[in-house]
Amino acid sequence: MGATTFGVRSGGRRLRSSSGLLTVRIGGLSTRVDARAVVVSIGLALVVALGLAWSVSVGDFPIPITDVVGELTGLGGAGRSELIIRQLRLPRALTGVLVGAALGVSGQIFQRMVRNPLASPDILGVSSGAAAAAVFAIVIVQAASTAVTGFALGGAVVAVAAIYVLALKQGVSSYRLVLIGIGITAMLDSVVAYLLTRAQLFDAQRAAMWLTGSLNGRGWDFVGPLFASLAVLLPLAIVATRQLRALELGDECAAGLGVGLTRSKLALTLAGAGLAAVATAAAGPVVFVALAAPLIARRLVGGRCVALIPSALVGAAVMVFADLAARRLFTPTELPVGVVTAIVGAPILLWLLVRANRIGTGG
Amino acid sequence: MTVTGPIALRDPVEVAPRRGLLGRSWTRSAGLVLCVVGVGVMVVASIAIGAKSIAPGTVLDAIFAFDASIDDHLIVRELRLPRTAIALVVGAALGLAGGVMQGVTRNPLADPGLLGVNAGASVAVVLGIDVLDVTAPLGYVWFAFGGAAFAGFVVYVLGAMGRGGATPVKLAIAGAAISALLGSITAALLILDAATLDQFRFWSVGSTAGRDVDLTVPLLPFLAVGALLALLSGRALNGLALGEDVARSLGQRVGWVQAVAALSVVLLCGGATAAAGPIAFVGLTVPHVARAVTGPDHRWLLPYSMFLGAILLVAADVVGRIIARPGELEVGIVTAFLGAPVFIAFVRRRKIAEL
Repeated sequence: MGATTFGVRSGGRRLRSSSGLLTVRIGGLSTRVDARAVVVSIGLALVVALGLAWSVSVGDFPIPITDVVGELTGLGGAGRSELIIRQLRLPRALTGVLVGAALGVSGQIFQRMVRNPLASPDILGVSSGAAAAAVFAIVIVQAASTAVTGFALGGAVVAVAAIYVLALKQGVSSYRLVLIGIGITAMLDSVVAYLLTRAQLFDAQRAAMWLTGSLNGRGWDFVGPLFASLAVLLPLAIVATRQLRALELGDECAAGLGVGLTRSKLALTLAGAGLAAVATAAAGPVVFVALAAPLIARRLVGGRCVALIPSALVGAAVMVFADLAARRLFTPTELPVGVVTAIVGAPILLWLLVRANRIGTGG
Repeated sequence: MTVTGPIALRDPVEVAPRRGLLGRSWTRSAGLVLCVVGVGVMVVASIAIGAKSIAPGTVLDAIFAFDASIDDHLIVRELRLPRTAIALVVGAALGLAGGVMQGVTRNPLADPGLLGVNAGASVAVVLGIDVLDVTAPLGYVWFAFGGAAFAGFVVYVLGAMGRGGATPVKLAIAGAAISALLGSITAALLILDAATLDQFRFWSVGSTAGRDVDLTVPLLPFLAVGALLALLSGRALNGLALGEDVARSLGQRVGWVQAVAALSVVLLCGGATAAAGPIAFVGLTVPHVARAVTGPDHRWLLPYSMFLGAILLVAADVVGRIIARPGELEVGIVTAFLGAPVFIAFVRRRKIAEL
């Protein structure tokens, strides 16, 4: 390993100060990093950590935050609250963080690829595929909750694959991908509505609960797969963002710049849809996070970089605090997290839409 | 925004074949008569086919020589006739509304289902049942009406913002985003209240069965006014199809035309959704079929859309009864499964996706 150096090539000083870009060299490898994005990311990571600790400490059995920090950092045991922290609250909070991060990255990828701030996995067939399969599992198969997760994952993957194949026609156009996703979503939504009418009321309630998105009762068996998929798909997404920058100029321009359109879109769709599918399978279709996180991240970071990491962190923060609010706002009643994201999100989203649609290229 | 794409593609007249199947006035009139005959055939089929098949002769007897002691006559009078009437009215309204919507937004993908109108109606109904304790179906009909109008308005305003105005893709995405948002609010309200969920889940599937005909009757004046406004706006929509600037320079009051067309769409879609629940894709597909027959002239396109919409919905209703015997599949599900492939084929065929 060579020495890590921060700096720019000779004569680049003005460029650096004006654009805020740092060139990081590690041995023979070098990459450019947006200084503001780094600072924002560190700040966001602290916010997520704070939310995580807070979320673990509050509940019907309050645990002092010092105990929580001690337990999480391994510096001091928390004694009798160790079980609650390790088995109940920590996995739930971590699931929230990972689901939020996955949704944030996925939303950023789709919004950038399609060049529309309203394009998100919520509306592109991922959620509806998962929803149709999950409601089928609940209503017809009467499956247990782990099996429902498996069904949801399968449904999301099948729906995305179908949309991608249907959008293939001399390559994949981003808009065709969106519109076909919307068509498939409309069809699958009618399936969900149909299944709900055929269900017993108890099952219908369970299905409605799943359809809202909830982190209730999520244990370590959710954290592992979520972490593994993020570990695989996030690097893929980061590598593919080079092409994303060019794709933002439009398909023709990107092709002219030498981007392999089909391959880079396949990689981006795979990463974006995969993350959304895993997140939706774990927590249900939590709306608004995948839409809002990228928009917030972009406002924090500025337009220079693709901001996948900041978007992931914003998603995680939104999810953790929304779940905190859902748990504690109406105690002893515990709301599903999707209720909070939907109701708090609605006005914010409308405002963002108005803004973003006015300045963005909407096609 | 490239120069070639949006301008050409936003315009349904450009997208559609220049000339329809029927080029002359008399062939178009004859076609319209054929449509009326088609509607009649579908009506008879709809009354005759079901869990219990009834001979066409008995159907006519039940209508013209009703005898309350015969079971088949009762089925016809009490069950089949009302639902067929609702399917006719709703189909005609949705077809016509789709035609006007596509004309006024100059957007080949406009459809009340895709543009969030249904989701708006759903949220309003849930709010009505849940918050205001409306239990009489006649009560929540009005909520559907208001919610549909509101959501359609918001989606159009959102989609029309920014460069290029209301392009198909922007409108479709705005509609999908608002639908997702409203749908999640609906779901959020429903999980808190099992009783509301129980009422709402049956309303949320577009269906002609089990709808009370007494609910539809008060809606008829609204639907009639909407249909009248729509049919009368054909000429103005032809002008608008040339683009707002050209229409204005031809002496048309563009804002006025758009307002009247929007009002008719709200009356038609809201009324249809209130009568039968949310039904997607009829408003999308029917005008395209009509355009293939008549060409882009809205004075012909709109009546054809109306009749073809009625035929499609009654046919879908019959199909739903045939494929799931002795039960039945709600008409909203059938249209979604018929319409989505048509929509996808349309998206694949046109260059629209490369805007």
